[in-house]
Formats: sequence, C-alpha cells, structure tokens
Amino acid sequence: MEKVLEMKGICKSFPGVKALSDVNFSLNPGEIHALMGENGAGKSTLIKVLTGVYSKDEGEIILDGKAVSIGSPQDAQNKGISTVYQEITLCPNLTVAENMYIGRDKKVIQNWKKMNEGANWMLKNLDIPATATQQLGDCSLAVQQMVAIARAVDMDCKVLILDEPTSSLDEQEVEKLFKLMRDLKAKGVGIIFVTHFLEQVYEVCDKITVLRDGKFVGEYTVAECPRVQLVSKMLGKEFDDLAEIKENKVEEDVDIDAYVFEAEGLTSDQGIAPFDFTISKGEVNGFTGLLGSGRSECVRAIFGADRVTGGTVKVNGKTVKINKPIDAMRNGIAYLPEDRKGDGIVGELSVRENIILALQVMKGFFKPFSKAEANKFADEYIKLLGIKTASADTPIKSLSGGNQQKCIVARWLLTHPQYLILDEPTRGIDVGTKVDIQKLVLKLASEGVAVTFISSETDEMLRTCSRLVVMRDRKVVGELKGADLNQNKIMSTIAGGDEGGEN
Amino acid sequence: MEKTKFQVKDLFKNQFMIPLAALLALVLFNLIMDPSFFAITFSPNAQGTMVFGGQLVTIIDYGSELALLAMGMALVTAASGGQDISVGAGIAVSGSLILRVLCGGNSRPESLQAPIFVAVLCGILAAMAIGAFNGMLVAYFKIQPMVATLIMFTAGRSIASWFNNNELPVLTDPAFGYAGNTIPGCPIPSPVLIAILCMIIMALILKFTNLKLYVQAAGINERSARLNGLNPTVIKFATYVILGVFVGIAGFIKVSRLSTINYTSIAKDIEMDAILAVALGGNPLGGGKFSIAASVIGAYVIQFLTQTLYKFDVSSAALPAYKAVVVIILVVASAPAVREWFQSKFKKIKSNDKKEVA
Amino acid sequence: MKKKIVSILLVAAMAATMALGCGNNGGGSSSAASSAASSSAKKEIKVGIINNDPSESGYRTANDKDLKNTFTEANGYKATFAYGKNNDEQITAAKKMINDGIDYLLLSAADTAGWDSVLKDAQKAGTKVILFDRTIDADESLYEASVVSDMAKEGEMAVNWLKDQKLSAYNIIHIQGQMGTAAQKGRTGALDAQVKADSANWKLVTQQTANWKAEEAEQIVASVIAKGTKFNVIYAENDDMAKGAVQALDKKNIAHGVDKDVIVIGFDCNKWALQELLDKKWNYDGQCNPFQSSYLVDVINKLEKGEKLEKKTIVMDEKGFDAKTITKEDVEKYGI
Repeated sequence: MEKVLEMKGICKSFPGVKALSDVNFSLNPGEIHALMGENGAGKSTLIKVLTGVYSKDEGEIILDGKAVSIGSPQDAQNKGISTVYQEITLCPNLTVAENMYIGRDKKVIQNWKKMNEGANWMLKNLDIPATATQQLGDCSLAVQQMVAIARAVDMDCKVLILDEPTSSLDEQEVEKLFKLMRDLKAKGVGIIFVTHFLEQVYEVCDKITVLRDGKFVGEYTVAECPRVQLVSKMLGKEFDDLAEIKENKVEEDVDIDAYVFEAEGLTSDQGIAPFDFTISKGEVNGFTGLLGSGRSECVRAIFGADRVTGGTVKVNGKTVKINKPIDAMRNGIAYLPEDRKGDGIVGELSVRENIILALQVMKGFFKPFSKAEANKFADEYIKLLGIKTASADTPIKSLSGGNQQKCIVARWLLTHPQYLILDEPTRGIDVGTKVDIQKLVLKLASEGVAVTFISSETDEMLRTCSRLVVMRDRKVVGELKGADLNQNKIMSTIAGGDEGGEN
Repeated sequence: MEKTKFQVKDLFKNQFMIPLAALLALVLFNLIMDPSFFAITFSPNAQGTMVFGGQLVTIIDYGSELALLAMGMALVTAASGGQDISVGAGIAVSGSLILRVLCGGNSRPESLQAPIFVAVLCGILAAMAIGAFNGMLVAYFKIQPMVATLIMFTAGRSIASWFNNNELPVLTDPAFGYAGNTIPGCPIPSPVLIAILCMIIMALILKFTNLKLYVQAAGINERSARLNGLNPTVIKFATYVILGVFVGIAGFIKVSRLSTINYTSIAKDIEMDAILAVALGGNPLGGGKFSIAASVIGAYVIQFLTQTLYKFDVSSAALPAYKAVVVIILVVASAPAVREWFQSKFKKIKSNDKKEVA
Repeated sequence: MKKKIVSILLVAAMAATMALGCGNNGGGSSSAASSAASSSAKKEIKVGIINNDPSESGYRTANDKDLKNTFTEANGYKATFAYGKNNDEQITAAKKMINDGIDYLLLSAADTAGWDSVLKDAQKAGTKVILFDRTIDADESLYEASVVSDMAKEGEMAVNWLKDQKLSAYNIIHIQGQMGTAAQKGRTGALDAQVKADSANWKLVTQQTANWKAEEAEQIVASVIAKGTKFNVIYAENDDMAKGAVQALDKKNIAHGVDKDVIVIGFDCNKWALQELLDKKWNYDGQCNPFQSSYLVDVINKLEKGEKLEKKTIVMDEKGFDAKTITKEDVEKYGI
C-alpha cells in the first residue's frame, strides 16, 4: 500500500530544548494511527510541524510520495492535511453549515441555499445528527466535534489529525465519534489520533507510534503491543506500578463512628436529587456515573460551590452551615474541580501564588504571607509532588496539564484538609502523573485524610476507592463496596440492570 | 539560567520596561534639545513663600491627579477587565460638593461655611458613592464596565452643576487653596505631597494586605477565585469604591487649585489619560495582572510628554496629533503581545550568540 | 435582561440630566425685555426655545436664566424649553415643537450643519425661526433673523484696547480656546491680524491651546516662565484660562494687573473675573453677551406688527471692561 504520509528524521529545537530529534512517522490511507506519549513527549510539536505551525529544523515530509514543505496551517489545509483540535475552534453562534463552510474560500458572494444543501448532504453522509441551519451552540459537544471533523473532511483531506477529540465527550458520544472515524477510514482517509485514553486506542486504532522525550520509540500494530507494554514504552521503564497500587489498596474496614463528613438530603440549584452521604477518616470513596449523571454536582454541593438549596451537613459530628466555598474550607474540606482550566488554575499568576492561594484566603485579607513563607511553601510542594517548572515564579499557564494539576493538588494539600475531594484529577494528563496522583491519594488516606475521588476511568477508581457511590440521571442509585467493586457490577448499576424498576 | 545574571529578555518581561524607557527617551530628548528643561528654580511666590519651580516641578505637580487616578484605574481594570470612564465626571461631582459645603449655598461667601476637612470628606464620600454605583452595576448586574460607567459619564457633570444650582461659586479664603497650590512655608506643591502620601498608603496596603492577590485572582479567573473561597463580586465592587476615594481626592485638588469650578471643563477627558496611563504601564486592559507602580509611571510619562510639547511650542492645531503619535507608539510597545514578541526576538539573538560561542 | 437594565438606566440618567437643566428656574429678577411685554400682552405668543445644556458654562447658565426670565406668561408668552448637547437631540425637540404649533422657534444650535430639513418643515407649518447665539449653515431664507455675538469684534475690541496701552513692546502669551470653536476663531483672528500688521513690536511668545481649561493654561504659562522667555501680556481667550495663567504668575511672584509687569486679558465677563478687574489684578475682560432676550423680543414684536427687519443678522452690543474704569455696578450688572 502506498503511504499517504511519511515523516522522516524530523528534528525541531526551541531555545534550550530539543523538542523533537529524529522522529519518524508514517500513515497509510484508511488507517487510524495513534500517536502516544506522555505530556512533553513531543506529540503536539510533531503535529504542529506537520500542520505548518512550526517549521522543522531537519528531516522531510513526504505526502503522496512527493517531498513537500509546509509553510503555514493554510498551506497544510491546501495540501490535504486537516486538524481537529481538543478545544472546539468553531463559532457557536453560527449555524452548522456556516461553520462548515465559512472562511474556506475567498468568494465574496455565498450561495446560502447551495451551502445548506451541501452541508445537509455531508451531515447525512457521515451520519451526524444535526441539520445545516441549526445553531452550532445548540448541539452537544460531541456533535460540535463531529461538525468540526465534517468541515475538515469536506475539504478533501487525505490526512485527518484528531488532537484529543474525546476528552470532553461521554462514552456514548465517544462511540458516535468512533463510528464516524471508522466510516472515514473506510473511505480511505488516514487518521492520526492523539489521545490519553488507552482503552480508546485499543478500540479504534490500527497502529501506534510512541514518542518519548522528543524521540521516536517505535511503531507497533495494536495486536503486538498490549496495554502494559505500551505504558512501559511511554514511560521508558519496565513499569509495574499499576499492579503495585492494586495490592496496596486500603481494604480494612472503616470506623463508622468517625465520620468526617455527613450529609443528609443535600441538594443544590443544579438539579440533583437530594442525597445522603457519609465519609470516614482515612476512607477513599468515589462517585461514578456517566458524564452528566450528577457526580460533579454532588461534590460541588458538598463544597458549597453551587448554591445549596437544601439538606443538613455535619463535620466531625457537628452540624455546620456550608453555603459558599470559604465555609467548606474553614471546615477542612478541599475541592479540586473538574475543569482545571476554567475552575482550577489562575492562569497568569505564578506557580507560587497558585499554590498558596487557598491557604492565603483562609488566613485572611490582612495577613499576607511574607515572600519567604510563600517561597517555602511553594518549594516544599514543588519538591514533594515533583512539579516540573522552571521556577516558582513561572506563570502556571505555561506548565503542562499534568503539572498544573499537581499545583492545584498542592494548593489543597497545603490547607491540610481532613476531607479532600478530587474531581477528575487525572483527566487529560499523562500516565506518569496519573499514577503519582493515585499513589498520593492512597498515601493521604493512610495518614487519615478522607478522600473522594472521581474519575471517568473506572479502573482508576477501582484501584483507589474502597466504596463507590453510583449515580444515574442526577440521582444516587447505588453504593458498591467490597466484592461488588468490579467493572461489571458498576456497569450494571449505572445501566440500572439491578434495579430494573428504576428508569 | 542563573537568576542573578542580567538578561536582556527579562527586561521585556518586566512591565516597567516600556514606561521607564519612554520616560528615559523623553528625558534624553529634552537633555539634548535643551538641558535647561531640567532647571529647578527656588524663588518666592506671590505669598512670599520660597517655592520650587521649573518644568520638572510643573510635571510632577500637574501629574498628581492623574497619578492618583491611575492607581485606582489599575485596580478597576485588573478586577473587572474594563475601565471607569466616569472619573472626570466624578471629579466634577466631588469638587462641586466640596464647594457647596464650604459656600453653604451662597456662591460668594465672605467666609467658609464649614471646616475644610468636613467638606473634603463629603467630596470623597460622594465620589465613593459614585464608585459604589458603578461597582454595583459592574459587579452585581454584570454590565460591561464601560457601559455601566457611561451613565455617570453622562449625568455626572449635570449633577455637579445641580449641587450649586448652576452657579459658579468662588472661594476667597486662601486656606482653601493650600491643597492645590502650596502651604505657606512649604516649598513643595501640595498636590505632590498629597500624591506621595496616597502612594505610600497604597504601597502599605499592597504590602500588608492581600489586595493584589485577590484582585488578580478575581480578574484572571473569577470561577477559580470563587472556588478558593474568594468573593469576586465583592472584590470588583470594592475596586470601584477604592477608585472613588482617589477620584474624591483628585476632585479636592482640582477645585483647590482654582478655588472655583467649571463644570464642563474641570478634569475633562482625564478618564482617557487615566486609562492611557494604565495601558502605558503595560497592564492588560482586559484585566488580570497589574502593577500600580507602572501605572503611576505611565501617568507621569503622559504629563512629561504634554509639558515637552508645550515647551517646544508645538502649534495648537498639531498638538493632539503629536500626542497621538507618541501615545500610539508607547501603547503598542507596552502591549503584552508586543512585549512577548520582543522577548522571543531577544531569546533568539541570545541563543544565536550561544551557538556562535560554542 | 442585562441590556434592558442598561437602557433603562441610561434613559433615567438622561432624563435626570434634562430635568436638572429644566428645573433651574433661577429666581433672580429679570434683566431686560419686560418693557416689550405689555404691547403683546393681549395675545399669548407660543415660543419654543431650543438651547444648549445650561450647565455647559457660566455663559450658558446666564443665557438660559435670561431667556427664562423674559419669556414668561406674565410677559405674554407660552414658552417651552428644550436642551440638547447635540443636533440629534435638538432636532427631535424642534420637530416636536413645530408639530405642537408654536409661533416662533428660537434656536441656539449645537452644530452648525444639518438643520435645512427641519427649518423647511417649520416654514411649511408657518413657524418663524429666529436664531440666537450661534448661526447655522443654512439658507438665509429659512429663518427670520439671527441674534449673534461678533466674536471677531470681541477680539478686535480687546486688541484695540491693548494697542491703546502704548507699550514699547508687546510680548504676548496667547492661550487659545478649544481649536475650531467660533469663540476661539474670532478671538484668535483679531490678535493674529495685529501681530502680522505690526510684527516689529508685537510678538507671540507662545500660542497654544488650553482647551478652555485653567490647568492647561497654567502649565503653558509655567513652561514659558521656566524657559525664561520675557513676556508682558497674557491674552487668554476665556476667564478660566486667564485665571490659570495668573496662578502660574503668582507661583513665581510675577506682578500682574494695573500698572504691573504683566497685562492680563480674559473674556466672558464672569462675575469673579470682573471682581479681579475691580481688584486691579487683571487689566481687561471682553464681554460675550449672553443677554439676547431683549433682542429676541424686539424681533418678535416687529414681526408681530408686520414690520420688516432691516437686517437678518443682528449683532449685539458687547462691552469690554478696563480695570481702570470698571465699577462695582458693572460687576453686578454684567457679571455672569
């Protein structure tokens, strides 16, 4: 089979950093090819070289057998290389058709009718559940993502790059996206799929190329590279930590008298059904359910992040009022939010300021930490959590996702909470950091901290939690522990198999 | 990278760079063209007090109100990502109220009808009330700052003239003029002293409270600030009230300078200069990080520029054009995006140097 | 929702602005024109008066007060007042007044251009238009008369007075108003002409705009003083700027006023400025007469009687006050 794309010996350096050295990559038509690596391995740099955002220092790019040079994203587009990014880059206030066609040609006059017809044909063809004249903002995230793909595909692309397209989608939406990818594959489009989700790679991809520290590790077919191997290749060592964790799991029975936090009939203005909840000292529990099932809303209600509309809460047995985050913080509750970028980091502020923020707020407006104190805290946690940053003065937004997350974790650890809520702490971050965070959770629990751990990846929760609260349609539908803690049981509870009456 | 080593690219990272460079350029220009620009005189004024004089003194004297406003405007900009365009009108209101209290309804009183500090307090409170009104619209009703403050911008001067029943009160008591001119026996213009006092207080507040961290956190990421226990709404509101304090003080200085008021022309367009000072200071006008000191330098740069243009007798018709050209250059150069570009250019040069050495 | 709140607030603010303007029914006694009232007392004359915002300046405040004191019901008028800072507001008000069937439209336009269609409407409706204070760029046939100040003449009077001082040399700091305004053009023109005519003795040390602002004037004068340039005249195009200039002189203890080192000239005849003249601290103040109502009443009476006006453009008498001759009565009578 003639290769549609081949990249050979690509090198790219930035001042002080060798981002890519001698990287190879090849793509056949009708192939879904995963590009894997930890954060900072060089995936995005490689993509950016391919799409003309960066110019390469050395190496060659061969497209359809011809060596080409790609000067700009526009140029890449013209040569048949389309990209769909993690964040949707379309305009939500325009219609689906407008989003698909706008800015693609230099025509001043637009034939709206023809455009809408074309868009509808395309949507139907790709089985995307949207109509041309619908406002894009009214569609679900998955459909928006698909429209972005449709736009890319319609531009006669030979190579389609999907950069983390699934990170904001739930499982059903991911399924739809995969169907679309398979359709495109059948049409002969070569797809480069960048993702952090290992399962997804095995579900949809044909080949895997692994990068590490800017170097090419190897290209494998999915069959010849099972999960554990893939992880160890990405991390660069024979890695058995995942297995280790499982063994370390806290299994001992918790002391039911020492409830750190109790809630009764708690509910918020986000439309969750009133729920009861308890957690004890040293316990790790989790909320699970599909995206949108209300698991984040539950913990937000606990923290007072949304407006609490009912219920009573007790901390260490005493009834307290938690109406806003500061109330929760004063009661020793810490909350790492799901949306790191929107709710977690304060982008332009330094790593140090981000780390001390919560503790500083608790200490009070008139009692700022001295520079020395702040530095001490920051340095301590940078070291403790292994945050990779040039200095404590670096703006947090210039760190990689995993390191940003570690800073937020540091922020809350610094407040020495008795109850720590982690909502999707591992989303969109590299495998190494994921493992670090899981280990940290277990370590904290062994020190007596109560932890609520939420993750979209069930196996991650199975590894860390001793109890799972299962949610469906904004209601708590079950609680699993002990022997019930396994994939099948969780799935059936989520799906409502056990309690057939409920639906 | 060693921390102690001086690096060119760090200069561009620092937001003081541009306003300081502008100040330096103006200083050099004047030094070359006519060093007498910097002459400082020491001679008696009409009241017989020895006072400092000269172009530099005029600059820091007349830059006082702008420097005060620049401090408040920097806070408002950082917290709410927008600017208050009603500060000129606010000065008219506070100034007018001060005169109203001192005149007691008679536009030409023989003596002051109230102690000066009471009047000034009233003026400052009035300006704070306007700030609170603006802050309420911005923080609680989430109205675009420029639109919200447009209301006071439109109505402020009418309110000011209404306080005095459309009359133009004139005070004859020399004591009222002390704040805007000089106190007998003191060689330094009082506005400068007031401005310095306010700056010191501001510096102390920044040092001994978390104002900067709170305002920046609320301005950069409101949702995140809330989840860290802050109340961004209150923070935004508070910045407008703080700006109100500065507006009140500036209003006092302005009316004290003349012992009278002209509702239409007092502090006209000063809001634009204040916003400009914030921009020149390299503060992103969309909110977020800020530096009060850089804004203050920005304010004096504007004043320095004006005085330089006066000094060189630029024709009246061309004055705004000259100002505009210089301002455009400065604002573009101090824009964060441009600073980053410079930074990256210097990084490149630096790395090239390294290569050559190696 | 948000937009609604904004618009409601804006409307409220504007309404407040208007109300404040209208609410000013100054209680002082009428200065002129009551004499004319009796002749037309039998029939109520409906007049619509469109003016600029009275808080704009002392001049405008005095002007508005004068009109309000003249066009009263006691004097046989039914007057409606409207204020606008720009043409749009004024034109809207004018249209409404014309529709309401007023007899006379008295207009001081915010901008000179853009009035043709409204004035044509007025003509059709039989409304007679009299301009005051400011002329407009429209055909003369569209209005009956215009009562104006001659800004150039104001400048000439001041310059002639200055000439009469017979100084051996004139080194003048010329502080201009906002560039392009009628007052600035008129007052600058006269001085420029004289400097050109007698360039040997008359020199402009500096010529700079202070935009009618005292502070800017002070900075300009401070700059000249710091440069060490000699000067003996300050020609400021309004009182505020003259005051600012004097402030700069005081800071350096430079004597000014009658028989002192520096001659100070201002315009507009603010009461406090005339007081400075009376105290001999300034030398001359040129009037810009805000009391147009007597002229307006005159015109209306003539038109009512069917008489023809000799000239469409009526230039008001304006005075210039010399510190040596000004009296306390002048201050009270002409000060605004």
